[in-house]
Amino acid sequence: MTREAALVLSGIRHRFGRTLALDDASIAVRRGTVHALLGENGAGKSTLMRIAFGMLRPEHGTIHLDGDAVAFASSAEAIAQGIGMVHQHFSLVSTMRAVENVALGARGRLDLAATAARMTAVAHATGLTIDPAAMSGDLSVSAQQRLEIVKALVRDARILILDEPGAVLTPDERAELDRWLRHFADGGGTVVLITHKVREALAVADDLTVLRRGRTVLHSARADVTEDAVIDAMTGESDVGAAWRIARTESDRPTAGAAALRSGATGTPVLALDHVHVVDERGVTRLADVTLTIARGEVLGVIGVEGAGARELLRVLAGRLLPSQGTVTRPAHVGFIPEDRLHDAVVPTFSLTENLALAEAGAARGTLDWRALVARTVDVITAHDVRNGAPERRIDTLSGGNQQKFVVGREDRIGLDALVAENPTRGLDLRAAHAVLDIVRRTGGGDVPSRAVVFYSTDLDEVLSVATRVVACFNGTVREVRPAEDPADRTPYARALVGAS
Amino acid sequence: MDALAALWDGAFGSAFAIWSATLVRATPLLLLGLAVALAFRAGLLNIGAEGQLLMGAVGASAAALSLGTAPRAIVVLAMLAAGATGGALWSGIAAWLKRRFGVLEVISTIMLNFIAAALVSWLVRGPLQEPTRIYPQSSTFSASAHWPFLIPGQRLHLGFAIGVVLALVLWWWFERTAGGFRVRAVGAGARAAASAGGVDVASTVMRVFLVSGAIAGIAGAAEVGGVTWALYEGLSPGYGYTAIAVALLARLDPRWIIATSIFFGALEAGAAAMQRDAQVPAVVVQIVVALVVLGVLAVTALRDKQMAQRLAVDAE
Repeated sequence: MTREAALVLSGIRHRFGRTLALDDASIAVRRGTVHALLGENGAGKSTLMRIAFGMLRPEHGTIHLDGDAVAFASSAEAIAQGIGMVHQHFSLVSTMRAVENVALGARGRLDLAATAARMTAVAHATGLTIDPAAMSGDLSVSAQQRLEIVKALVRDARILILDEPGAVLTPDERAELDRWLRHFADGGGTVVLITHKVREALAVADDLTVLRRGRTVLHSARADVTEDAVIDAMTGESDVGAAWRIARTESDRPTAGAAALRSGATGTPVLALDHVHVVDERGVTRLADVTLTIARGEVLGVIGVEGAGARELLRVLAGRLLPSQGTVTRPAHVGFIPEDRLHDAVVPTFSLTENLALAEAGAARGTLDWRALVARTVDVITAHDVRNGAPERRIDTLSGGNQQKFVVGREDRIGLDALVAENPTRGLDLRAAHAVLDIVRRTGGGDVPSRAVVFYSTDLDEVLSVATRVVACFNGTVREVRPAEDPADRTPYARALVGAS
Repeated sequence: MDALAALWDGAFGSAFAIWSATLVRATPLLLLGLAVALAFRAGLLNIGAEGQLLMGAVGASAAALSLGTAPRAIVVLAMLAAGATGGALWSGIAAWLKRRFGVLEVISTIMLNFIAAALVSWLVRGPLQEPTRIYPQSSTFSASAHWPFLIPGQRLHLGFAIGVVLALVLWWWFERTAGGFRVRAVGAGARAAASAGGVDVASTVMRVFLVSGAIAGIAGAAEVGGVTWALYEGLSPGYGYTAIAVALLARLDPRWIIATSIFFGALEAGAAAMQRDAQVPAVVVQIVVALVVLGVLAVTALRDKQMAQRLAVDAE
């Protein structure tokens, strides 16, 4: 069945300064479908959709909405035409209530009661429930995403653009979102899903478009492509595609980890928690009586839904959070790769060298030896393939993936004995994610001293691909997950995430 | 044109204009500009340099009056110490309010400015008033408390030299030392400084607040020791506020603050001359100053934005 085109962008060219971000990029989105827009970091996915949403104006090319040529001067005009966009970094005012965030940007008189009523109506129609009175900053990440979608729907969006929505969600939440998107499309809505995760795209999309370096290189119905074909189109280099496929095959085989677990920890303990409790400033117990030992050579995989305690567990292990009760044994220097890179790992306006120095800022005394710091920065740049990296360059001029490679390289050197990583591949393309996972897997051996690694990810496949042992956080408790007899069976992990034994 | 000529002559037209007017007026702006820049670099919006200057002046005056005719070196050093302490005590109140109750320093320091001004008014009519009890001011300090002049026959005093040295030291400290880097990191990204660097953000900010107040207090000591030789009501014509412009115009770089403080000092000196010689009200200069600051801030913001746009593609 052919459905008519809801949104068509063709021959789009766009430049940022002298850099050509898009060159002959096109996409045709049919009404009532979920359309995946795929590409690596920097391929131009977000830029293309920002053009569709009126945030940027293309240098060349046309936009058709329901068959009519349009030219948006601003995103307000795009919203008025029924387009809604949920950005990767949410645009919510955290100190405002949900209803106020929805009302924000509306014209005319501020009528919170009416806005709340509209939210309730949307909730009835779509199942997206948000308490209008909830403080936005207190909502979980998935609820904030839901709020962003509700915001668009309250403004009668018929076309929803979601930028990397899966990046912040747990597998269950992602499945829930997929179900909802399907439902929305079946009801006549149109969805554009920006992602670089091939599986995520293939799981839900009807059609897909692949961008590579600003050009559309593949446009196809879901049924007509294979996963491999999409990966090849994205990377444009068959060898990278092949490397990724090998890694993926490994991830399908969590047996190695299970074996190591049963044989017992071999190395000496590096990190240990003894009856650790963490109570946050609002008096909520985040970790309850956690006892855990991680030995040299081990990669402890941590899984858990938002708010289950994984965040606190990682920070206690990394020495970034003091327990309210209990004892922590850890080496003086623990490498830590936090999830929120731009707030917790780097100072965006600092140079690469300054960001390297940052890691030792608390302990440093006297004068700083910048020459030595520059030399070490160069080492990290070359050893970890930080593209466009130069010691004096501001780190926010690098792409997210390259920033992350730099952070991982920095922490890799600090965490000689122990490394704690929290969603370290978030927002990275295949190539960069692969490089990061390689470092995490490298627990020692050869000329590298052996260390203990703690690895948390919202992507279970990823956890299983690196971990020698897996623990699940649920409601502040931490329990080891015993793999099933059949290594491909994910049931034990799924049950552990919801607290079932 | 007459007005502009008068302005120029008043600021740079003669040796006297340079060494006894412009640079003398630049001195408090230089020290206060450094105090403001230090705080702003740490992300601390200390708007209270004015009040901290006044309390530094009170401390230094108390030291000068109580030490009487002791040797000059001792009195001057005591005034410096007392001035720094007075300023630090005053900023310390705002620091404590911030740490204990989370009071925004913008609010508390402005309020403390008013309190400091009122306190000085009361002191010069009460405990520190001159013995005849006629004028709202303290007794004139003895010669031991007069800060040395840098050039014979000119009014430029020790305070300016302290300011220049302090500017260079502060610049070196920011660029080369671990402590200065910590302060910059806290100001540019407090969460990352704490999480990635293990920096104790709260105590770094507290220390910066105290030192910023102390530098502003030294400015107060320099005013009473180098210029007025007594504690007056209305000692500062809003130097603490002009200093914010001085610091911002220099983009918080201590070396550039030497230049911007002289620029503003020249405008102040020139404005006085212009009003006297060309009958153009000095407010005109203040308007020009305000426009210059706004212009610089707008250009700076625009440049940052353009750079961000140019780089956006790479960081997508």
